[in-house]
Amino acid sequence: MAKITYREFGGKIHTIEVANGLSVMEGAIQNNIPGIDADCGGSMACATCHVYVKEDWFNKLPKKEDGEEDMLDMAYEPKKNSRLSCQILVSDQLDGLVVDLPEKQA
Amino acid sequence: MINTDVVIIGAGPTGLFCAHQLGIIGLKCEIVDNLDKIGGQCIELYPDKPIYDIPAIPECTGQELTENLIEQIKPFNVNFHLGERVQEVKNKDNKWILKTSANKEFISPNIVIAGGVGSFEPRKFSSKSCEIFEGKSVLYSIKDKAIFKNKTVAIFGGGDSALDWAIELSKNAKVILVHRRDEFRGAQASVEQIKQLEKEKKLEIYTQYQLSNVKGQKVLEGFEIKQENGESKSFKADYVLGFFGLIMQLGPILNWGLNIDKKTIAVNTENFETNQKGIFAIGDICSYPGKLKLILSGFHEGALAARGCFKYARPNEKYRFEFTTTSKNVKDRLGVKK
Repeated sequence: MAKITYREFGGKIHTIEVANGLSVMEGAIQNNIPGIDADCGGSMACATCHVYVKEDWFNKLPKKEDGEEDMLDMAYEPKKNSRLSCQILVSDQLDGLVVDLPEKQA
Repeated sequence: MINTDVVIIGAGPTGLFCAHQLGIIGLKCEIVDNLDKIGGQCIELYPDKPIYDIPAIPECTGQELTENLIEQIKPFNVNFHLGERVQEVKNKDNKWILKTSANKEFISPNIVIAGGVGSFEPRKFSSKSCEIFEGKSVLYSIKDKAIFKNKTVAIFGGGDSALDWAIELSKNAKVILVHRRDEFRGAQASVEQIKQLEKEKKLEIYTQYQLSNVKGQKVLEGFEIKQENGESKSFKADYVLGFFGLIMQLGPILNWGLNIDKKTIAVNTENFETNQKGIFAIGDICSYPGKLKLILSGFHEGALAARGCFKYARPNEKYRFEFTTTSKNVKDRLGVKK
């Protein structure tokens, strides 16, 4: 279990407990957090669960797998600290993670 | 005006199998899809990725699944209307009148929406400055490459579409290729080719830049790109092209009076009819308690929706359940001579 904070582009903050093994994307979808669309359902095929992860956390997360960076090319305003939230799996180590949501997903 | 028993919106696996089920029970259908090819997400998002959960098929790719479904509906001579989006749906005397983006009209007692997560449309630049030039000098696809002759063309993106067009257009135009990172995900041979063209000064490449805005009053004059650290560059250009793949948008479906929540349409699980009589929704786009977004669920939903269509298409006939193994009617429809 980890407390994950989702910060909407407009500033609204949602902190929720997400069970281990779920993705950061699933945590948002299951809790109706706006700003993450996840059109493809988590198959790394759409780039609509795009989030920004602050540097300290970004470096602590497991590295991107093949394909994630390619998908991020298609995201809305990708930056160096962009990730697809469907590819970040929740574990106890992620307790306190903060992700910023982009202005929109597409 | 095309008169048919059912119009299916969406040529993905769910729509295709629904067409099969309609054919088996003797109904005619027409399939409309905004993509220019058959297969939906299977063909657009993961043609080469293996799928392991199609019953009785231990492993197949999105492309193989699509090809097999097309083969399976061959006996029914289904008409496809590709590259067209259904824009308008109106009810007239208990029939639905549909109009597509190509101004084609259908009349049918039934519509089956098998639209997945929506229709595929190009991803656009985030800068609002692009909007007034869209379709004129800011483009997301190329219909006629002759318009670029002797012009300055900026191409944004790092995939095969961006690279292939950069190579092609550099023969007759001044090309500026911009990508947000140093690596290109296009085919290795194309990457080597653009680097060679850059050496020969036939093409300029700027990486780690993204478009910040385009400039011009009525006519596009140029554009500006910037790095994440804020450093920017300006260029003159006649055209700005973006190749960022496709995004799925629900689009006009939102305006048809359906019960829509979070991009999905509520249906009953008896025949997958929506709140509108004669409009059914199946596959990823429908929602009901326990819904699983699996291809196999879409097949089941399509089979039941097909039976639901029967009563509106053949109001004076009684639907009879038949097995494909034994029914002579079904075998005739399939064209099997046994």
